[in-house]
Amino acid sequence: MMFTLHRFHGGLHLDAHKEDSSLAPLATAPVPPRLIFPLQQRGGQNAEAVVQVGDHVRKGQVIARGDGPMNPPIHASSSGIVSAIEPRPLPHPSGLADLAIVIDTDGEDLAPAPEERRDYRQLAPDELRRIIFEAGIVGLGGAAFSTAVKTDPGHRAIDTLILNGAECEPYITCDDSLLRNFPQEVLEGARILMRVVGVERCLLGIEDDMPEAIRALREVQQTGHYAGIDIITVPAIYPSGGEKQLIRILTGREVPTRGIPADAGVICQNVGTAAAVFRAVARGEPLIERIVTVTGKGIKHPGNWLTRIGTPIADLVRYSGGYTGTAERLILGGPMMGISLPSDALPLVKAANCVLVTGRSETTGPKQALPCIRCGACADACPINLLPQQLYWYSRADNLQRAEEYHLADCIECGCCDYVCPSHIPLVQYFRAAKSELVAKQRERFKADHARERFEARQARKEREKQERAEAAQRKKAALAKPDASEIQDAIARAKARKRPPESAPTADAAPDESPPAREPAEN
Amino acid sequence: MRFNTAPAPHLAPTASTRRIMQWVLVAMAPGIAAQLWQFGPGVLINLALAIATALLTESAMLRLRAQPSRAGLSDWSAVLTAALLAVSLPPIAPWWISVFGALFAIVIGKQLYGGLGYNPFNPAMVGYAVLLISFPKPMTAWLPPTDLAATPLGLLDAWSAIAHRAGPAGSSFDALAMATPLDTLKTQLGLGRTMDEVQSGPLFGALAGKGWQWVNLGYLAGGLWLLRRGLIAWQIPAGFLAALGGLSLGFYLLEPQTYPTPLFHLFAGATMLGAFFIATDPVTASTTPKGRLIYGALIGGLVFVIRSWGGYPDGVAFAVLLLNLAAPTIDHYTRPRVYGHPG
Ligand code: SF4
Ligand code: SF4
Repeated sequence: MMFTLHRFHGGLHLDAHKEDSSLAPLATAPVPPRLIFPLQQRGGQNAEAVVQVGDHVRKGQVIARGDGPMNPPIHASSSGIVSAIEPRPLPHPSGLADLAIVIDTDGEDLAPAPEERRDYRQLAPDELRRIIFEAGIVGLGGAAFSTAVKTDPGHRAIDTLILNGAECEPYITCDDSLLRNFPQEVLEGARILMRVVGVERCLLGIEDDMPEAIRALREVQQTGHYAGIDIITVPAIYPSGGEKQLIRILTGREVPTRGIPADAGVICQNVGTAAAVFRAVARGEPLIERIVTVTGKGIKHPGNWLTRIGTPIADLVRYSGGYTGTAERLILGGPMMGISLPSDALPLVKAANCVLVTGRSETTGPKQALPCIRCGACADACPINLLPQQLYWYSRADNLQRAEEYHLADCIECGCCDYVCPSHIPLVQYFRAAKSELVAKQRERFKADHARERFEARQARKEREKQERAEAAQRKKAALAKPDASEIQDAIARAKARKRPPESAPTADAAPDESPPAREPAEN
Repeated sequence: MRFNTAPAPHLAPTASTRRIMQWVLVAMAPGIAAQLWQFGPGVLINLALAIATALLTESAMLRLRAQPSRAGLSDWSAVLTAALLAVSLPPIAPWWISVFGALFAIVIGKQLYGGLGYNPFNPAMVGYAVLLISFPKPMTAWLPPTDLAATPLGLLDAWSAIAHRAGPAGSSFDALAMATPLDTLKTQLGLGRTMDEVQSGPLFGALAGKGWQWVNLGYLAGGLWLLRRGLIAWQIPAGFLAALGGLSLGFYLLEPQTYPTPLFHLFAGATMLGAFFIATDPVTASTTPKGRLIYGALIGGLVFVIRSWGGYPDGVAFAVLLLNLAAPTIDHYTRPRVYGHPG
């Protein structure tokens, strides 16, 4: 079938380095002696432990719950004793600590009796979303957004489900590995998600440098149960796996600024998320494991591991043969957007797709930034079509208003501009700092606006009440005297004027929501 | 195990400012070679003088401004500025022309604005313009191309002409010098000659001025190589050459006896050097894709205007400087449509 792909501006052809990890077969990681589950979830909201120190837990048992649909539960990924609920360093460059549940595993890997298989075609979308939520499923592409929330079309008209298998960051091959080994789970998951979202069309985007995965998917698709699902190869250009870019490539539509994919009529899910949805719905399995790539010149035997959530990075590295002598930087995620970690004692959370340990030759040394020569290489590379050198200029000069005019907020922090800059200016760092400042300012502005509008509404109400009292007094007076014709006319006119709603009179409930609109970040 | 952290992206960079400057210098080689062949070794002496001056000046200025002078010098931008200035100078310009020019370019054109990246004007062209206005006579005295010269100058002759204004073996220095084809064209047409009469003169060759056509071909070759390597944006030279070629074609078709052919314009004077090496100076040029096209076209158009009706024979330096001023405005009005925003 012919399918027209659309181009996005910029992007980079990067050395993929995928063969390092993709050549090794997928292996199952052993149960580590200790599992760690940070309670801090997306957006700084904490889940609360529902177990206590000393409790014995089984594999798949809920150990922590959040406070709303954005915050799905956390499950134990093996059986053992809860040995501590205490602050532990988070997988974050700062190494800041926050509450985590620690389980000393017992090696038995005890699980509850398997649930009955369910025929999901009998279930309503709401019920499916409840199962997805209860299974603790979040986006596995890296953003960890609650899948139950993201698959709820709400009032928006959605016509397409997009499955993101375009693993565009170099080195990462976990989706490749998933698609090669479990193509059927992904396609079944796609069918479930189509039902949840209520669409007839699903586009599965996959980069053209993953031939094995494409073949595996097509083979399963041949079996014929997958009407409406198209497997589409897209060129391997970073960041074609960015949500906004993939939507543009596959549909030609753009997510409006400050909008979410649903505003473009699509809902986007990572292929790993689809497989997790299938397991949860069809087999009753919560999200307790995922595929993680362990790779880079700093790793002895790169490969992909079916890993339990909560496994410390150090253990996974040990299973991979340990570090080589040149190991230099530990990165969670890919080399373009991944975060560099201070220690390997940190656990793998649900969104962790890759542990990249670079060798000395692969990483940037301490590079000295030179002045911007306005060469425009950054603008040529920007997939959002921003002008990074201008943004840099304004962010540096603290001219946030100008930076905003140049659409700083639309930057997806993909790192393309940073990577190509010949003056080695850490552009993304500047943008990140300026953005957080902007957000803080916006918050303040929202608050100030809110307060002002409330004040104005109160003033208007007082004014109205005063006037009404005056009118009432006058009516009373008029009623006492014998009304003549003209006074009656006046009274009618007055009544009419009152009935007409006062023009754009602000009221307390017209005040805007206090928080800025929620945004769904890009997967992958 | 513990690791040092660093912000993303984590890949080693592939490009560097220094590398870009170096490649641009390399790309100048064919043009310089043509100049060497056609106008003698004076160009090499000019280059040496200008580069040495620029490096000394840059390091002194960096010290004065309390900037790290090693990092500042190692970006090669001073060398490139000096080279662009030196190849624009007459091949036997007195030594102090190169020295002053380089000094002006670095001090006024660059460092007083804050150094690399902060200068609004192309430093080499600032140096050139100052020289042209202050010392018009030595700045317009060129040599005849090799095939017209009675005795081509050797390195020592060139040195004695540059160092102490003496021609070879007692001949007078002024006998060596000559106007350029663009210059000749201007004065002769001013005297009421027709284009045919002017172009039948010995200075004119098949494409454009003798000697100059080779130099232009040299810079064209280097420029195309820069394009191929992605080191300059195509929009600026394309806009420049299209505007200059288009305008000259139009006027030539209207009045062939008053206006030279488009080929003459394209291969005369500093056309190719200007289009590929000077107008493309990233720091001072427009940076948006559409902006670059407009910027290049306006320079090309202005070059034609200055050459045809202005007070100077070649207009590249002034055209570039004028458009440098307009670059920020052009950029502002040619911002590309951002993803997710209505067009
Ligand atoms: S790539 Fe770097 S040097 Fe070039 S314009 Fe952008 S910020 Fe400036
Ligand atoms: S990091 Fe932002 S500005 Fe830079 S290329 Fe990506 S989207 Fe554009």
